[in-house]
Amino acid sequence: MNPRRTFATSARVLKQLGHDHRTLALLFVVPVVLLGLLAWVFSGSPGVFDMIGASLLGIFPFVVMFLTTSIATLRERSSGTLERLLAMPMGKLDIILGYALSFGLLAVVQGILASAAAVRLYGLDVAGPEWMLVLVAVANALLGTTLGLFASAFARTEFQALQFMPAFILPQFLLCGLLVPVDQLPSVLEAVANILPLTYAVDAMQLISRESAVSGEVATDLLVVLAFAAAAIILGAATLRRRTK
Amino acid sequence: MVVAASGLTVVRGGATVLRDLTFQIGAGRITGLIGPSGSGKTTLMRAIVGAQQVTRGRLDVFSLPAGSKPLRARIGYVTQSPAVYYDLTARQNLRYFAAILGLPKDEADAALRAVDLPANSKQLVGTMSGGQRARVSLAVALLGKPDLLVLDEPTVGLDPVLRKRLWELFAGLAAEGRTLLISSHVMDEAEQCPELLMLRDGKLLMHGTKKELFDRTRTKTVHDAFLALAEEKS
Repeated sequence: MNPRRTFATSARVLKQLGHDHRTLALLFVVPVVLLGLLAWVFSGSPGVFDMIGASLLGIFPFVVMFLTTSIATLRERSSGTLERLLAMPMGKLDIILGYALSFGLLAVVQGILASAAAVRLYGLDVAGPEWMLVLVAVANALLGTTLGLFASAFARTEFQALQFMPAFILPQFLLCGLLVPVDQLPSVLEAVANILPLTYAVDAMQLISRESAVSGEVATDLLVVLAFAAAAIILGAATLRRRTK
Repeated sequence: MVVAASGLTVVRGGATVLRDLTFQIGAGRITGLIGPSGSGKTTLMRAIVGAQQVTRGRLDVFSLPAGSKPLRARIGYVTQSPAVYYDLTARQNLRYFAAILGLPKDEADAALRAVDLPANSKQLVGTMSGGQRARVSLAVALLGKPDLLVLDEPTVGLDPVLRKRLWELFAGLAAEGRTLLISSHVMDEAEQCPELLMLRDGKLLMHGTKKELFDRTRTKTVHDAFLALAEEKS
């Protein structure tokens, strides 16, 4: 690992996105618009948006960053630039961390924009502090980024990478406690839910929307999410191969 | 010796791509790697740069097994399709790879000048012509003046004037003591290489100087020599 190479890589990824205004716009605008749509859908049933808005604020950045990162790294693989980098004096972790840093930075901007819109524009009412919403949203986006990096290692084509979204994300979405509280799931599913990262992300968001003080439970949830992200970074680096058989 | 192979065999997905190759490449020379499409040129190049695992036999580069860590800073490799970022400008590409190699920014601009591309262009690589992209990719390989340059079809489809200039550049690099291995499926291109390594179906047809080749096959062009050798072996 080498900070110069890591930072050069994240600066390069940001420059690439800097030339791609449409992707940037989609990254920042889509979660804001989706949350607005959600608030509108539930405008006739008071209280519902307050109940699920925070959870979805955690899920949207997760999904968006998962997709963006898995496609971006797949492009790096298929264009031959990954092979070129690995033939250079370049650490595998430098590549993965470089990506995680730049997409993490985008995640911060996205998290701030989406939570600000949810609370200020759409009147999401949460008991806990607003900065905690941002923090968890950013952690979720980071989780999406790192899982996307990891998942892209198993995709050979863009089609496969896109299919990973329903394969990796939708089961977590169904089990995370948004549709049915985790403790009310059948016991097998509850056990599965408890080893999936999104469950902790959504739990954190639900706690923030209910409790005014920041509890140890929220902190634990946040740590679990970040631990999953760290594990995905290490696993992602391990999947990079300098040589083919 | 810069590259030394003995009994080098590579099997990929059940197919033997390189069969029992034994040859040596000395320093400061341009060696042309000649053979039709599918003869194993790219696999041999990837094995030398360490991207392809060797199944059997030995392959040493600068007296270390191919793929050893200290070799990474000493080899420049240009793949057949340009391995550069299409959504960056040429200069942004070069500066990124220069940063990875720990080189100052002006080396990035110098590499672009060497391949005759403007350093200050705002054009993205993705909107450039195929030949320009290939040159950006070549410029990346020139960064840091590597001791061994492995170039996979670097001049295919380029304007003849530019091609001549690049061959002059290659000759200059060899004169500085650098070793170049340049592949081509176009026999005419091979005329530029003082030394030749000919592959067909993963087997070594011949390795030697151009003069040795012409003397042995009693031919005057690389094209005719290749035909004569292929006939002799079959």
